[in-house]
Amino acid sequence: MFESRTGILLIAGLGFFALAFLSNGLVPILMYRDMPEQTAEEVVNRHLLIQFDDLRSRYPEGFAKLVRHLGHDPEAKPTPESDRQLAAETLRYARKLYIGEACWHCHSQFVRPVSNESRRWGPVAKSWEYQNELQRPVLFGTRRVGPDLSREGGRRSNDWHAVHFFKPTSLVEESVMPEYPWFFDGDPNHPNERGIAMIAYMQWLGSWLPHYFNNYVDPRLAEAQP
Amino acid sequence: MSSGAAPAVPLARRLVDEPLVLAYFIAALTYLAVTLLAGLLMALQLVQANPLAGLEIFSPGRWRMVHTNGAAYGFIANAFLGALHWAVPRLMLRPVLSRPLSWFIFVAWQGVVIATVIGLLAGQAQAVEWGETPTWIDPLALAGLALVAINFIPPIVSKAGALYVSAWYFLAAFVWTFLTYAMGNFLPQYFIPGTGGGAIIGLFIHDLVGLFVTPLGWGLMYYFVPIILRRPMWSHALSLVGFWGLAFFYPLTGIHHFLYTPIPMFLQYGAVVSTIAVEFVVLTVIINFLGTVWDRPWVAWQNLPLRWFFTGIINYGVTCAQCALQTTLTFQQLIHFSDWVVGHAHLVMLGVFGFWLLGIMIYLIPRLVRRDWYSKRLNEWHYGLTVAGMTLMFFDLLFAGIAQGVSWGSLQIWEDSLAISLPFWWVRVLAGLMIIAGQICFFVNVYLTLRTGTAQTEELVAHA
Repeated sequence: MFESRTGILLIAGLGFFALAFLSNGLVPILMYRDMPEQTAEEVVNRHLLIQFDDLRSRYPEGFAKLVRHLGHDPEAKPTPESDRQLAAETLRYARKLYIGEACWHCHSQFVRPVSNESRRWGPVAKSWEYQNELQRPVLFGTRRVGPDLSREGGRRSNDWHAVHFFKPTSLVEESVMPEYPWFFDGDPNHPNERGIAMIAYMQWLGSWLPHYFNNYVDPRLAEAQP
Repeated sequence: MSSGAAPAVPLARRLVDEPLVLAYFIAALTYLAVTLLAGLLMALQLVQANPLAGLEIFSPGRWRMVHTNGAAYGFIANAFLGALHWAVPRLMLRPVLSRPLSWFIFVAWQGVVIATVIGLLAGQAQAVEWGETPTWIDPLALAGLALVAINFIPPIVSKAGALYVSAWYFLAAFVWTFLTYAMGNFLPQYFIPGTGGGAIIGLFIHDLVGLFVTPLGWGLMYYFVPIILRRPMWSHALSLVGFWGLAFFYPLTGIHHFLYTPIPMFLQYGAVVSTIAVEFVVLTVIINFLGTVWDRPWVAWQNLPLRWFFTGIINYGVTCAQCALQTTLTFQQLIHFSDWVVGHAHLVMLGVFGFWLLGIMIYLIPRLVRRDWYSKRLNEWHYGLTVAGMTLMFFDLLFAGIAQGVSWGSLQIWEDSLAISLPFWWVRVLAGLMIIAGQICFFVNVYLTLRTGTAQTEELVAHA
């Protein structure tokens, strides 16, 4: 059996693979079967819509480009329903950009329950946070060259993100993040459809919690204050 | 070693499609060059010295994915297929199913890899690590893997009697690779969101190493090492333990990539235990190979292909020992998300499987072109620079990872972890340049050997 073709093909090849898939793959699927996948529309929330509104008034040209890119009429008067729909489509589009630019190779999206991470980033990651179409495939991440982003929303302003995407070192001297001038029409004041979508996505991350997490105290500031 | 006057072409040469083997090796080395340049670009970005900053098509993030996918599917997969087209027909004394199919697979696979590179540079990546291949290419790649299995399995299963160790690994690898690719590229993309999908991605990442690269690599080692040494493996019993231990434990380890995520804790514990079990299995394999050269270890140094093989085998021992440590939850607190893991991945992909495949090429290319190497000295430089660069990079990233982990855990401001990484990242650039310099020696040597070479040596071929 151990040196025969049937033993190798059936037991090692198929059998052990199936065993691992059932025990390690199917078990979590069954455990989460009561947590159905939410759509992008369902995970749009009040925090995000406020940021969305800010983006529209701050960068009207770029915002119009985004609306046109998503196949809608930028002249149409926004309603709560249309905004919600637009925000959902923006998140889907931004997620593609986020993956295409390999952001998730340098930024994780989960907070571990160890190494003081909840003090730096905020509440520890929970399963329900990932049960939506924007986490399929899940974006846990693999390396933290830059900060974790799962609690990034609300931490910084939209114009901060615009300048940072355009040239990160202009805000963070030590930053090794690449520049993304192709998110803009020439300068940081004019993000294009990609820039607006990416900023909206940043503000969405963690916005599903009751309030944006913002408790981490920079030790440099803490020292400066008596 | 066929005697008799009549047959002009020896059996082995009729079995092996030698131009195909060479074509695979040249394709592999071409992608290796692309992979190295992509890695260099990302390394320069990390020391704020990217000469191509701000150009969309040269975005370091996209090239990082070209780096990993080029290494896995361009370099390693092509080199494996070339080596398999040599080893399988000679081992089984039967040709592959179909020569036209073999060439079709060759062309199709280059199409898959080139499409992957173009897709990644166009920003179409899929969010599965080591499977960033754009989703529209996935079915094509899977069909390619099915054809590979269809082409190679018949010569192995049609032979009567017990199979040799290499054949076990090859046979299982063809099944596993297909299943792994199908599982990892489709389930988390289309069916399973969030944490459950994360568990599947964990299985995929590790099965790609453990059930595609590792069994093909060891299968080739079990073939080439005894042939070059002209003696059997030290222990057949250990070969059995190694294969069946790997087959059982390796598929169970994948979730160790996502420790401390919301994936259920009992599954994380299971992955940790399996990973440590794999380490013991690996030890038996390494002992078996060391036992084979135990009474005359100098041969493993004097013979250049063997030197590459055994350097890789020792590196394999190091990575697996590292694995057994770093997979523990205590260790994970410190090193997860850090450069420690990056160093580990480089040692596995280049320091083990890359080294084995380079050794195989150094052994086979003179036999394929029937000329000796143009320059022995260039081959020595290739070995020296590559091994020195790889070792330097490994230890550099190891220590960088510890420093980063300590900085994060002690709640220093984030920029502190960048500041302390910078010297390590400069050393990494240096180590990368050494590896690149080594490969330039090799590329030049391959080119000159193909173009001119020295005297024809028929006995090289006869000895093969």
